[in-house]
Amino acid sequence: MTAADTPDTSAAKTPKPVTAAPSAKTVPLKERLLRTPVALPLMTFLLLLILWEAGTRLFSVPSYILPSPSRILLGFEAVPPGRWVEHIWATLRVALLGYLVSFVVSLPIAVGLAKSRLLSGALYPLLVVIQSVPVVAVAPIIIVVLGTGDAPRVVITFMISFFPLVVSMTTGLAATPPELIELSRSLRAPSLREITQIRLPYATPYIFSGMKISITLAVIGAVVSEFVAAEKGIGYFIQFSTSMFKLPQAWAGLVILVAMSLLLFQVVSQTQRIFFPWSLPKGQK
Amino acid sequence: MALAGNAINFSGVGQTFLTGTGSLTALDGVSVTIAQHEFVAVLGPSGCGKSTLLRLTAGLMKPSTGSVSVFGLPVTQPRDDVGIVFQKPTLLPWANVEDNVVFPARHKLGRVTPEDRAQAQAIIETVGLAGFEKRLPSELSGGMQQRVGIARALFLNPDILLMDEPFSALDALTRDMMGFELLRLWQASPKTVLFITHSIPEAALLADRVLVLSERPGRVIADLPVPTSRPRDETSLGSPEMQDYAAHLRSLLIRKEAA
Repeated sequence: MTAADTPDTSAAKTPKPVTAAPSAKTVPLKERLLRTPVALPLMTFLLLLILWEAGTRLFSVPSYILPSPSRILLGFEAVPPGRWVEHIWATLRVALLGYLVSFVVSLPIAVGLAKSRLLSGALYPLLVVIQSVPVVAVAPIIIVVLGTGDAPRVVITFMISFFPLVVSMTTGLAATPPELIELSRSLRAPSLREITQIRLPYATPYIFSGMKISITLAVIGAVVSEFVAAEKGIGYFIQFSTSMFKLPQAWAGLVILVAMSLLLFQVVSQTQRIFFPWSLPKGQK
Repeated sequence: MALAGNAINFSGVGQTFLTGTGSLTALDGVSVTIAQHEFVAVLGPSGCGKSTLLRLTAGLMKPSTGSVSVFGLPVTQPRDDVGIVFQKPTLLPWANVEDNVVFPARHKLGRVTPEDRAQAQAIIETVGLAGFEKRLPSELSGGMQQRVGIARALFLNPDILLMDEPFSALDALTRDMMGFELLRLWQASPKTVLFITHSIPEAALLADRVLVLSERPGRVIADLPVPTSRPRDETSLGSPEMQDYAAHLRSLLIRKEAA
């Protein structure tokens, strides 16, 4: 074996720069901040909070205009923890169910779109039309048609979150190298196996991109549906609190929604990182 | 009409593709017979329909005119007794070396037996990848990836090996070495090889016979046996007869491009 034929492990073995204590003095502060990815955004965030707190106090901004962070903290305490859990669970349940439905519906549609030009021609314009419908405007209609249970909310969430999934899955399924499709044909393998063993795994990076976009859209969908008709959920809670002029409480709900979105996004990201590490772009492994 | 001992027979084969603006003739009147266990290189400029010849043999497309037969029987559908090595290795990025090599079994039959694993292990050793069974393709060099591609093509023990510029993506050094590796494999286990290339030294070094194709529409303008006997090595290309042979091939290709 020659040098040209040895395995390329340089990328995997490149040592990460270590921020060891002894070197800390010699390394400039700017460098050290850039090396710890969490520090910089966290500092920005804390600085913003301090400015916010100081600003609202200094100019005595009324809390129904903009409550200070400390008032928002009090807003959390104004509601018993059990109630919070109920609201959070209601929203989370609808978001996850809608997301699941999106995934299950998108998959066969994407396979059809990628495999058949006929189906693609027939279906794709329709999907674009559905995507172009302002879901917020249709939501009241859906609630009237489907009643007040979880079903209409799940449908609304689905309508908001499914399109990126279909598009990314279709793109991914079509991105398979044509050589592998030829290999599959030359082996005379069943068509289903071409999808499960070649096209779907190849689409994994694309599917995850779509899933990351869709999961935050699913939370938005759940909240929108609660705005229209609900008696529980964070969206409902924010609307209710606002109508009662309890703005710090509404802001507390908003903080929870942001946290929920971030958490769900991380769950999707980490799922890809742990179970499909090969599907990550180079340099992110 | 195919003689005993003939592996592949092209008889008046023409191939026309429909394009957006009209039609495009890739091959025109190609009649060639390739004997069993013969190593034939197809040399020609890019876009002359070399790869089409290969896909016709594999049954991945049907000729517009004429007929293709393999072992005396016309090719009417994709055939699984051919192994294909592509220009790029096109391995499954999520599967390790061993899983990539047994992939034809998993894909064709839906399962992998212990015998398949043993067979894969033997082939992996033959192509010089012992110890790398559990590595992912992204952890291998280009040359090693193409070795996996060759191992995958050999896995079902095909009678015919179709190679579509398999070493063209490799650096010059690796490319030469892979050529000798291929000769070693071919001599250890003889197969009919259809080897597409645009490299004159590669064709002269590896093949029993070189077919020169013209620019589109591709026709066979020369069918020349390689003058040097086997086994060949690094010095084979230096002999006067091989120099003349390579010069002749070059003149055929250049004349065509000037015309």
